[in-house]
Amino acid sequence: MRTEEHFISITTICRQYEIDFTFVDSLKRMGLIQVEIIEEDPCIHADHIGNLEKIIRLHQDLNVNLEGIDVVLHLLEKERTLRSEVTALRNRLRLYEEG
Amino acid sequence: MQDEVIGRKYTTAEKQFMAFIDYYKTLGVPKTATEKEIKAAYRKLARKYHPDINPDDKEAERKFKEINEAHEVLSNPENRKKYDKYGKDWKHGEEYEKAQRQYQSQQRQQQSQYQGGGQSFGGGEDFSDFFESMFGGGGRASSRQSARFKGQDFNAELHLNLEDVYTSQKQVLTVNGKKIRLTIPAGVENGQVIKIKGKGGPGVNGGPHGDLYIKFIINNHTAFKREGNNLYKDVDLNLYTAILGGEVEIDSMSSAVKLKVKPETSNGTKVRLKGKGFPVYKKEGQYGDLIVTYHLQTPKNLSEREKELFKELQSIEK
Repeated sequence: MRTEEHFISITTICRQYEIDFTFVDSLKRMGLIQVEIIEEDPCIHADHIGNLEKIIRLHQDLNVNLEGIDVVLHLLEKERTLRSEVTALRNRLRLYEEG
Repeated sequence: MQDEVIGRKYTTAEKQFMAFIDYYKTLGVPKTATEKEIKAAYRKLARKYHPDINPDDKEAERKFKEINEAHEVLSNPENRKKYDKYGKDWKHGEEYEKAQRQYQSQQRQQQSQYQGGGQSFGGGEDFSDFFESMFGGGGRASSRQSARFKGQDFNAELHLNLEDVYTSQKQVLTVNGKKIRLTIPAGVENGQVIKIKGKGGPGVNGGPHGDLYIKFIINNHTAFKREGNNLYKDVDLNLYTAILGGEVEIDSMSSAVKLKVKPETSNGTKVRLKGKGFPVYKKEGQYGDLIVTYHLQTPKNLSEREKELFKELQSIEK
């Protein structure tokens, strides 16, 4: 269930992570994060904070620009899907090996 | 003799076994490398081994910690100077001991100013004994010391038997010394990972706790094979029942089921029992199917009378 309690104001986020508002705005424009307006205040849903932190780390620790982050996130998602497929296939293979 | 190093004591004998770590080698730079070259080498390796780029890769995580540690020392001119001077002979030398004590006292003061002050990954305990011994527990200087970051995510494996996950059950797990009550929903898959929010490592500078990821390893010692929500079972079928029809009783995961066998059932015939398979994950009351494969058993050690009757059947067939 999505309620207003689960949204965190971007102002709070910028203060917390010491990032500029323009950085969050660029992330939004690139479609890397989803910003929602709650009572005229731009907010991010709490479930997406982990993803935002990952983006901040990639940008600040590794110096990856926003386009690079977009590519990295896509590839990571692809890798995650492939890994779960490998798990499912391993389970199926086990059926034949045991049989 | 003992050296107290922020909450931990090393004896001289212990220190003899701590390996010297060549931080230059770790970063792949010469001893003459400039600050810029060290930073570039660190960034290059960090891009390769960063935990965000290599999820669930323990080897990459270990490498990342090593290069992080090397960078912490070599990027700080004071630490680098000290490392260059005493690094290789860190186990010996009065001067080093003196310098270390002085440094530790400075670090304790700094620690009281910056509570926590670490990296966004792994936490302080991830630095090597060598680092801790030489620079103390608070020797890392982060450029984002006051930024609040979520704590480290923990990964754990839970081994269960197939029978255990046929029904939902509650378990108490001990992860890093903490007890966690966990409800394992029926139908969890082998290799499936579930996330328990906030049960990972503590956050940095007051940030939220990390999450706990539990990977389920389901061992199957039953007569059933599982594929998704469906179960498969081989059932031996007596030749006469197969030919003339009849009834067999088989055990499903929940109860015994009586099955009608059609006359002239051939070997390898499959029968699908709807809703007698495995529970569907997080969908209470929904079950997969049980697929039974009949394996015809040829009678052995026939009596003379039986042989005669089979011969008679054979002649009729001709």
